[in-house]
Amino acid sequence: MSFASNAATTRAEAKMMGRFDITKRLVAKLHQDEAVIGGIGHTNWDLWAAGRRPQNFYMLGSMGLAVPIAMGVALAQPERKVFALEGDGSILMQLGCLATVANQKVKNLAIVIMDNGIYQITGGQMTATGAGADVVAIARGAGLAQAAWATDEAHFEALMDQALREPGPFLVGVRTDEQKPFGQTERDPPQLRDRFMRGLGVKQ
Amino acid sequence: MTAWWEIVRDVLKRNQVKLVTYVPDNVLNPLIAAIHADDYFHAFVTTREEEALGIVAGAWMGGLRGIVLMQTSGFATLPNAIASLALPYQIPVLMMVSERGTLGEFNVGQASVARTMRPVLEAVGIEHHTMTRLDEAEFIVERTIRQAVITQQPACLILSPLLTGGKAP
Repeated sequence: MSFASNAATTRAEAKMMGRFDITKRLVAKLHQDEAVIGGIGHTNWDLWAAGRRPQNFYMLGSMGLAVPIAMGVALAQPERKVFALEGDGSILMQLGCLATVANQKVKNLAIVIMDNGIYQITGGQMTATGAGADVVAIARGAGLAQAAWATDEAHFEALMDQALREPGPFLVGVRTDEQKPFGQTERDPPQLRDRFMRGLGVKQ
Repeated sequence: MTAWWEIVRDVLKRNQVKLVTYVPDNVLNPLIAAIHADDYFHAFVTTREEEALGIVAGAWMGGLRGIVLMQTSGFATLPNAIASLALPYQIPVLMMVSERGTLGEFNVGQASVARTMRPVLEAVGIEHHTMTRLDEAEFIVERTIRQAVITQQPACLILSPLLTGGKAP
């Protein structure tokens, strides 16, 4: 069965879900010290609130670079699964990276796009996905064959199980609501980076 | 005589700079070709320089050294990624820029954008060196990599047309 065979085919068909709930569901599945890169904004804050892990990297700027950073980690540590959590506004700034991930066939990388259709952190202005662009369709067009919308929470979990089990790269679109984030990251970049490197076993 | 790009390739190798991400440039061509021809390296093209920098930053945190190759106009797209990722997180992203816009430039746009490069490097306080001579090439590349890694700071090497011959119209 292919990754997307039982998935919603468009953004409009996907159920609107809670970002924090989805983040917790993902984190609860991580038992092999998988790395997670949180893109800036509420995506990142909910990752922080879902429970600090030394294998999480929290961005404080460089909007759009969660996927490239995650790809770099994945290339450096091919035995470790790496997840990029990114918002719709962020991925729209760096769509080319989806083609790079596809062309390089980064097997241990899974991308989760939290798509609420707005720039929530700046006041709720509509993004291009809110206006109709479909990130999963864009990803497929970029060459990511294993790209799907999560139909509902159970389907999201099934997709994450598959991403943990099988070779990627994967991209999962999650249509999320406009709930406020459940925390805020620390603002200490060297500390965040150092913890992450120790979490990955690069530093002792 | 050893060519500049052979020197750069060998020094990268000697310093375990294995990952090479780039947006191509004419002048960089022989270096890119030599790197692709050598199994030691993992090299590939990206769609933007920011993306190339993000990949190298992530790889460093995962224990793999890398460098971003680009031309001057590509560097001009990087200040945000440098100032909000490489610098605050103390990630020694290595950059090598093929210098367009000077010493016989035929495109006025390249000349204008080139004038932003050194002021940006100065403004954010990044160690940078312009490579103009073959006999200094090895020393500059070697020492710059060493300093970047040990001080955990990004660094930028600029390939002058004086070294490479530049791009003819």
